[in-house]
Amino acid sequence: MKFELCAAGFGGQGVMAIGQLISYAAVEENRFALFLPSYGPEMRGGTANCICIVSDRQIGSPIVPNNESAIVMNTPSFLKFEPTIEKDGCLLINSALINEKSQRNDISSYYIPANHIAAEAGNKIVANIVMLGALLKLKKFAKTETIQKVIREKFEAKGPKIIEMNMKALQMGFESV
Amino acid sequence: MGDKILMKGAEVIGEAAIKAGCRLFFGYPITPQNEAPAYMAKRLPEVGGTFVQAESEVAAINMLYGASAAGYRVMTSSSSPGISLMMEGISYCAGSELPVVIVNVMRGGPGLGGIGPSQSDYFQATKGGGHGDYKMITLAPTNLQEQADLMKNAFDLADQYRIPVMVLSDGLLGQIMEAVEFKFDIDPSSLPHKEWAADGRMNRKKHLINSLDLDLDGLERHNEKLQARYRKIEQNEVLCEEYSTDDAKICIVAYGTTARIAKTAVEMLREEGYKVGLVRPITLWPFPVNHLLKSVKNPATESFYVFELNAGQMVEDVQLVVNGTKPIRFYGRMGGNVPSPNEFVEKIKEIY
Amino acid sequence: MNDMKQIFKVTPLLSKTKRSYCPGCTHGVIHRLVCEVIDELDQFEKTIIVVPVGCSTLAIHYFEMDTVQAAHGRAPAVATGMKRAMPSKTIFTYQGDGDLASIGTAEIVHAATRGERITTIFVNNGIYGMTGGQMAPTTLEGWKTETSPYGRNLKKEGNPIRMCEMLSQLNGPAFIARTSVHTPANIVKTKKAIRTAFKAQINDLGFSLVEILSTCPTNWGMNPVDSLKRIENETMNYYPLGEFKKVEGL
Ligand SMILES: Cc1ncc(C[n+]2csc(CCOP(=O)(O)OP(=O)(O)O)c2C)c(N)n1
Ligand code: SF4
Ligand SMILES: [Mg+2]
Repeated sequence: MKFELCAAGFGGQGVMAIGQLISYAAVEENRFALFLPSYGPEMRGGTANCICIVSDRQIGSPIVPNNESAIVMNTPSFLKFEPTIEKDGCLLINSALINEKSQRNDISSYYIPANHIAAEAGNKIVANIVMLGALLKLKKFAKTETIQKVIREKFEAKGPKIIEMNMKALQMGFESV
Repeated sequence: MGDKILMKGAEVIGEAAIKAGCRLFFGYPITPQNEAPAYMAKRLPEVGGTFVQAESEVAAINMLYGASAAGYRVMTSSSSPGISLMMEGISYCAGSELPVVIVNVMRGGPGLGGIGPSQSDYFQATKGGGHGDYKMITLAPTNLQEQADLMKNAFDLADQYRIPVMVLSDGLLGQIMEAVEFKFDIDPSSLPHKEWAADGRMNRKKHLINSLDLDLDGLERHNEKLQARYRKIEQNEVLCEEYSTDDAKICIVAYGTTARIAKTAVEMLREEGYKVGLVRPITLWPFPVNHLLKSVKNPATESFYVFELNAGQMVEDVQLVVNGTKPIRFYGRMGGNVPSPNEFVEKIKEIY
Repeated sequence: MNDMKQIFKVTPLLSKTKRSYCPGCTHGVIHRLVCEVIDELDQFEKTIIVVPVGCSTLAIHYFEMDTVQAAHGRAPAVATGMKRAMPSKTIFTYQGDGDLASIGTAEIVHAATRGERITTIFVNNGIYGMTGGQMAPTTLEGWKTETSPYGRNLKKEGNPIRMCEMLSQLNGPAFIARTSVHTPANIVKTKKAIRTAFKAQINDLGFSLVEILSTCPTNWGMNPVDSLKRIENETMNYYPLGEFKKVEGL
């Protein structure tokens, strides 16, 4: 099993959390995981992105020439990463903030109004978890229970309400595709 | 895989040092290793240790000098421009035979350069860097598990040989997260007392920590003693991984981040039937001469390809071993750019 | 139109390059004040700025005058070299608190005591901005930072350093002042101090420095408005504003 993801968006949209949660889940399931964030002042106010790789085997190169799947949360990220998806790859587009449509017919594109769905779940800040739910359904990179477990652990300190909202966002994302 | 925890590379450095019995960290902020001092600032007080943010890297390395002279395991972490500032202090540690551990999370230079991953401090680490005839044991991890494991090697070797040891990491290994397992947990009080430390006379004869010797013959003898020790290290402490080298027509030589990318490239090429192997130095000094010699003498191996994130610094060490018997090619990226395995695959196919 | 007085003009000394400072960061307003003063004193063509290592390293792209980038903390030494080579030029350093008061303490003290005819704009935001919020020598007691996660404890991390007070004990400086940019009135006072500092250099009176209390909303974890309030409520209590040294003739 090998799974690769690039998640990108504004700082504050929680794209790093997507990659980290997937990595935590992979370790939980005794797989190898690698998480590579963009770092430094280039992130200030601009876009942040991360790469996450999950595998049954020791991970060699942290750099992948093309992304197998990507989540883009804003327009600049869409423009930057849409061309980098490999053939037959999968692109999840936050259509609440991105009006563009992918012109590529060699990849599967999904338009998910993540911010709107997140607002329904309780708050638009969980838009990242909505996307995570959708990706989970499409790519099955982990068991749903494992993702739920790592979300619970990550937000433990924030109290049961926040955890519940994230669970709801995950579920609604799952059902959105 | 038991108790593996997902951690950031710079934090792995900190936790592994604590587990290796280090309770003293002196450092100064610099990207891309800021998470190491931040981790230590938080974690060391929890285990009775001490973190001090020095006013500069010049001060930090001299704080190491002091703590080491007192007989304690001590470390710092920095990145290229900061390491340059430490060179004087490292030379003093070498001269005064003080065990210290320095982590360099390399970034692109020269000058202020950038913050992307790089391996352009290879010469500085392996050839001395500061003034005088000295050596530093240089350990180059390729993933976070090894980055954790080698921290223990670093402290043990430093103590055993009374020598500065550098862990040569890079921006990528500082910033990624991977799962690691800490295979050791040393109680500092269980470490042997350092008989030579300047920790107060307490009714014994005076101990002197010093690198000055104005007597020409005296200083020469001191240098000879250091050199003898370096020869011993070269004989006993080499670490190297050989991967698919037995029938390799082309032998790649790469270390650290570049090596893990090269390993993926080897796998990709092997799948297509190309006979390619990898020699991965884990100790950059002492350089794995004998490991590489095996490939030099291997009739199957026609040529060598060195991959680095610099302009070809390790190439010189490879040349010394290959000694003109087989062609050596080089491909490198600079400025913080990290190649994908496909770039290496292309390079190999061009000449296969 | 003729009876309309121009009350605001964009200074030509600032480039049009897009700024990468965070929203609410006061580096930007300080850049503008410095440029206005240099313009008004008619020094543009003969001024060289020495840029430090810190968030304002990015100022290599923001000033239209000749620009030299120095190693972390070494700007006063670089400026000394430039001034000694070109005594008729106007040379100034623009430095953060980590740059000037930590790694570069030796350079600033010795440039000051030598009375180097250079000017230093010292931007004190009480933190390391560029590297992501570590403790600076100027960080106040109790402030939580990346490297003082339990809050700055004077017993462990020592006391915040007051550079103006220290430097004003030396004979070399002609003008040393501390100002702030947290209100419009203080911005006006800051501009006046910057003007006096450059005059000290132009009139060959000695070394000059203006310390400007500044914000870092990003690493303080505050919004821009609260950040400005923090200067008034916290920073200024420890770092009083005023002129610490002013020689005759200024
Ligand atoms: C020798 C060296 N050490 C460390 C660094 C990393 N570094 C870059 S900026 C900076 C601190 C900047 O803080 P400050 O001077 O307060 O400026 P600010 O960003 O807050 O404006 C540090 C430590 C470096 N570039 N060079
Ligand atoms: S990090 Fe702080 S000092 Fe730097 S630009 Fe942002 S607000 Fe300004
Ligand atoms: Mg600062």
